[in-house]
Amino acid sequence: PSVSFLSTSWSSRDEKRVDSRTIYVGHRQCPGTEAFIAPKFCDNRIVSSKYTVWNFLPKNLFEQFRRIANFYFLIIFLVQVIVDTPTSPVTSGLPLFFVITVTAIKQGYEDWLRHKADKEVNKYLVTVLEDGRRIRKESERIKVGDVVEVVEDETFPCDLILLQSSRDDDTCFVTTASLDGESNHKTHYTVPDTEKDLESLTATIECEQPQPDLYKYVSARHTLYSMSIVKWSLGPENLLLKGATLKNTKKIYGVAVYTGMETKMALNYQGKSQKRSAVEKSINAFLLVYLCILLSKALVCTTLKYVWQSRDGQDEPWYNQKTQKEKDAYKFLKMFTDFLSFMVLFNFIIPVSMYVTVEMQKFLGSFFITWDKDFFDPEIQEGALVNTSDLNEELGQVEYVFTDKTGTLTQNNMEFIECCIDGFQYKNRDSCSELDSFCVTDGPVSKLHEKAGREELFLRALCLCHTVQVKEAGDMETVSEDQIDGLLPPTEQQKECLFLDLYELLHVLNFDPVRRRMSVIVRSKAGETLLFCKGADSSIFPRVRSEEVDRIRVHVERNATEGYRTLCVAYKQLCTEEYVEVDAKLREARLALQDREEKLMAVYNQVETGMSLIGATAVEDRLQEEAAETMEALQEAGIKVWVLTGDKMETAKSTCYACRLFQRGTELLELTVRTLEDGGRKREERLHELLLEYHKKAVQDAPPAKLGVRSWVTASQEYGFIIDGATLSLVLNSSPEASSTRYKSLFLQICQNCTAVLCCRMAPLQKAQIVKMVKNSKGSPITLSIGDGANDVSMILEAHVGIGIKGKEGRQAVRNSDYAIPKLKHLKKLLLAHGHLYYVRIAHLVQYFFYKNLCFILPQFLYQFFCGYSQQPLYDAAYLTMYNICFTSMPILAYSLLEQHIAIESLMDTNATLRWGPFLYWTTLGIFHGLLFFFGVRCLFSNPALQDNGQVFGNWSYGTIVFTVLVFTVTLKLALDTRHWTWINHLVIWGSLAFYVFFSFFWGGIIWPFLQQQRLYFVFANMLSSVSAWLVIILLILLSLLPEILVLVLRKPRGPHRRQVRKAHNHVVPFCL
Amino acid sequence: MMASSYNAKEEDGHHSGSVGPGGAGAVKSRKPDNTAFKQQRLPAWQPILTAGTVLPAFFVIGLIFIPIGIGLFVTSNNIKEFEIDYTGMDPDSPCNMCINSTTPCRCSIPFTLEQPFENNVFMYYGLSNFYQNHRRYVKSRDDSQLNGDKSSLLYPSKECEPYRTRNGLPVAPCGAIANSLFNDTLELIYYYPNKSSMSIPLVKTGIAWWTDTHVKFRNPGGNNNLTAAFKGTTKPENWQNPVYELDPTNPENNGFVNEDFIVWMRTAALPTFRKLYRIIQKKKDNLTPTLPPGNYTLEITYNYPVISFDGHKRMILSTISWMGGKNPFLGIAYITVGSVCFFLGVVLLIIHHKFGNRNNNADIPN
Repeated sequence: PSVSFLSTSWSSRDEKRVDSRTIYVGHRQCPGTEAFIAPKFCDNRIVSSKYTVWNFLPKNLFEQFRRIANFYFLIIFLVQVIVDTPTSPVTSGLPLFFVITVTAIKQGYEDWLRHKADKEVNKYLVTVLEDGRRIRKESERIKVGDVVEVVEDETFPCDLILLQSSRDDDTCFVTTASLDGESNHKTHYTVPDTEKDLESLTATIECEQPQPDLYKYVSARHTLYSMSIVKWSLGPENLLLKGATLKNTKKIYGVAVYTGMETKMALNYQGKSQKRSAVEKSINAFLLVYLCILLSKALVCTTLKYVWQSRDGQDEPWYNQKTQKEKDAYKFLKMFTDFLSFMVLFNFIIPVSMYVTVEMQKFLGSFFITWDKDFFDPEIQEGALVNTSDLNEELGQVEYVFTDKTGTLTQNNMEFIECCIDGFQYKNRDSCSELDSFCVTDGPVSKLHEKAGREELFLRALCLCHTVQVKEAGDMETVSEDQIDGLLPPTEQQKECLFLDLYELLHVLNFDPVRRRMSVIVRSKAGETLLFCKGADSSIFPRVRSEEVDRIRVHVERNATEGYRTLCVAYKQLCTEEYVEVDAKLREARLALQDREEKLMAVYNQVETGMSLIGATAVEDRLQEEAAETMEALQEAGIKVWVLTGDKMETAKSTCYACRLFQRGTELLELTVRTLEDGGRKREERLHELLLEYHKKAVQDAPPAKLGVRSWVTASQEYGFIIDGATLSLVLNSSPEASSTRYKSLFLQICQNCTAVLCCRMAPLQKAQIVKMVKNSKGSPITLSIGDGANDVSMILEAHVGIGIKGKEGRQAVRNSDYAIPKLKHLKKLLLAHGHLYYVRIAHLVQYFFYKNLCFILPQFLYQFFCGYSQQPLYDAAYLTMYNICFTSMPILAYSLLEQHIAIESLMDTNATLRWGPFLYWTTLGIFHGLLFFFGVRCLFSNPALQDNGQVFGNWSYGTIVFTVLVFTVTLKLALDTRHWTWINHLVIWGSLAFYVFFSFFWGGIIWPFLQQQRLYFVFANMLSSVSAWLVIILLILLSLLPEILVLVLRKPRGPHRRQVRKAHNHVVPFCL
Repeated sequence: MMASSYNAKEEDGHHSGSVGPGGAGAVKSRKPDNTAFKQQRLPAWQPILTAGTVLPAFFVIGLIFIPIGIGLFVTSNNIKEFEIDYTGMDPDSPCNMCINSTTPCRCSIPFTLEQPFENNVFMYYGLSNFYQNHRRYVKSRDDSQLNGDKSSLLYPSKECEPYRTRNGLPVAPCGAIANSLFNDTLELIYYYPNKSSMSIPLVKTGIAWWTDTHVKFRNPGGNNNLTAAFKGTTKPENWQNPVYELDPTNPENNGFVNEDFIVWMRTAALPTFRKLYRIIQKKKDNLTPTLPPGNYTLEITYNYPVISFDGHKRMILSTISWMGGKNPFLGIAYITVGSVCFFLGVVLLIIHHKFGNRNNNADIPN
């Protein structure tokens, strides 16, 4: 029989072979398959490192030069090497080399750490069963099909299918804390039929190809049982993931199915898409402008050069003959190399160091977020976590905040409030939670005894319908797998052992967010087969008899408006035939390799019908600390807050009121299934009508909002908007494409004019859809998503900035977020203080860099007009190289890390959007300074006899004077902009200037061996010996800073005095980008 | 100058209370350190520039700059400067005949000084439209050769091309700059009122930077026996004498350390420039001016061709002050900036007085 089976198996699977793999447990092939080819799988070596010793250099260089900026500098460098250019290749080669080396060292070090970690994992000794012997092996040598032994508290070395457990009930417990942060114990099951003797087990496992989803696994196992094939389905409950730890179980045996890089853990750590900050995009735009400036400068110079040369005797005067090679050069080639030379001469306008400084600023800056003790939560003993440092400044530009409700706005800490059984209400008397503390508050007391049966049934349902596991030994450490079960009072937990003895668990119909309910099928001692189901009212009500619903609906709705979470409980008795049918269907669906989810869902839906409703519970989910204050602060700062929740409308609405997102005066615009069905007409028509009506109300009738004036203007009516999932999908996916886009734009316009928007009954994907829609709307506002659960991951990934809350629902959200904070209240400081500061800082950093390089290069450009367009550099090569690296880099870095233009405590303001105005201002300033430096010194040099002994200065003195003025001016300009002088600022600003002076003396003080030219020998010292040079330096510095000082004075003063005023007026920070 | 508030933000010391349950030193708390730096609470000085604080600064700047400017302007005006263009473009000019002469040609230009030149008088030659700052020109030199390096003497740098070798021999000094050394000879003759004449003594030393003559430029193998030291090299093409015979009168002033040569080697910043040529030292008795008013003749040995590139040659006599040569720019600039500052100070004062009170009121709620 085995042969025939295998042949059919192969033939039927032939076309699907790519989708699945076959594993031979213990490498024992089924008898009769001589043509067995050992399938090739990768070994169990984990390689998280990117490089090896051999490929590090080429691979790393390749990666680095893929960045446009680095590539550009490489090109410049190559041009300098190949073409005869004015500046030596060192001037651009050294900074580039520095940048590349630093990055390479950083990446190399990180890779070395990864190598170390890999080695630790790969060399870890594990026990493998081979031919009946237990062999200690290094973890990396595990092959697919090996049977591995794991003892308690060890982590699994690869993805295993559980074969045998030391526990009697064929289960084992694992914790996946290192995978998804969920520290609770999860139960995994062995394959029911496994022979106790693993050596004689002959089995194959067909499983799908490796895929990263941690919670999905489909496979089937075929066991050869004394020459007959038995087929079992395997699911995620049979799979032990690499990285998880075995708990409460002495030892297990498992067969390796995925190894090494194909384990789910390894697949999960790969490729998280990189988010790019909007500032980076605007840097690129600015770069483009400067590139145009650069090109046009080079073009102008080249043209003028040839115009100038066409005059007699200018190109090649007798005193300055060309070499033979230059004479022979082809004219157009010469023009081209001239153009390149000018490019090289002016290329400093696009600074290499800016990229380094920006990176360093972001990297170092993110430490301030992790260091902030205000983000420390004593409860979980953790502070904030920064996963991406690239988005620091994005935090300060957020215009839309999308927040999850449960666990984010609320604590996700369920507290039992009351329950209602058959329409009678039972309240929890706060402190004592004994069973008899349930007291009837409505309904006659006498009926209590009659009702006892229902009550018992209700409690039984609650006690049975869950997946709590009890640890056998000692302390009652029970950890619930699904959160809804937070409502179990402790007493019930104690009684549950009792229940477990009385009932036999037959099936668990798992909870999922689409069905929004779960069920268990149990058989009592008495032989009755019962199905207990619990879930959200909307998913239970349609499945129970309607006359029962009315009694309970009142309570449920009242509870919902009070902001409680409600849960309905229903049951159904299954007769034997029914059960047999259900059982068969469930088994069949579970065995399915393809579309198992859908098939299971269909069976579940079929089973969970015709139930009778027992009662409902109400659980309070309290608001997070300072949730209301945080929301208020965000709204006051002009940030629009949208609540996206899977919860029902009433609950969500009451939470919104509690968070003061909706005020008492807020007019609510509802667009839900209920309002749509009011008119009794077709939904689409009604939707259209409502959309238009709301649009008229919120958009057209609203006073035209002036730019910069925020919605806090109290005179106008505030609107809140509510939409539910069903309606949203109607809006987004209306059948004719045209009306869909129109609805969408109407919807967006309404939403943009509302102070708060509530979207309830959202599926996780819909959350992401909304974020995407807003993200892509006009003006492309910066969006932020905050959530704590797995259902928020999609929107966290979709938004510009994703924030995870280190909440109770595991670490999925945190792992996928850019920033993680312990509590919602920390969002306020993160956005309004850190984000804002970083935005101001990076804006200033970028602008300043462009400015300082513009006024650095402009004199050099102007000098071309006086040196016959010969590409003669104005500054010495050392100055050209060091300007950006040493003389002016540290002050701006310190500024960009430490600046607090107003105190952190009083930061209330965000949203100075990225603008070209300030960019233009800085560029103008740079041009002004450049002109001033050059022509100021030019006027001085109309008589180059500047010393009191009549001696004259040459061209290098000219350049040095300009350069000195330049270094001092740009540094002092930064000093003027600094509002927050810590000792570091003092050190770095004055230190840089001192270093410049010291370096200049040193550089000019020695005849440098191995250097061809000694251009600057004593130039600086001679310059300082000239009174005129001193006077012109002082004059030019003062003159260039004078307008700046004037602007500072004439502008309204900022600083401690103005804090209060700022708070009230909330105005935009001028000149911030 | 600035109002400042020293804002040492309160630090709430070391928290010991909220370490959390069970964290009594056993578990290292992950709580961030409460240091001023990490909490971005470093004590900081926060200068505030307001009209009230900057106003005095403007006045101070004005009050300092205007006197300096006046001083500079007066000083510059007191410097006596006399300039003659001896290119000979004008057909009437005595040097017109020399323009197209191929052999050394002498011409003399008479001139009259109206005012006496006191103290040391400095004699410059000036060239215009001469691109000493052209890149090809600037780099055409070998500093290690000029520093006395023997291997560079025989194998000059490639930068010197096409003035690197001549007739198979290395050129010393090599390069375009050296080759185009200014070689006109200028002499001054003073005519006493009684028509007798006197050649004015011109000092050839002290015209180049001290560090250049003593450190940067050195002869190979010291200053003795230069002929032997320069053996195996040839003089630049345009030179009449080899480098060790530049100054026949002073053996110390020969070779690479010749000061005329060093001055020329310091390339000028702009195409119109002047270079120090000679110093006329003041009289010992201090009673008669260095150059009394009267009639003079400038005797020129006209060698240096400038017509081909539309150049001009000048001779400049100038006295020198503490600020250098005559240049009214600095004085005017200082006076202007000082006045502007003063004016702005006045304007700001008015603004401050008229509108400042309102601003102050707004600040009071603080």
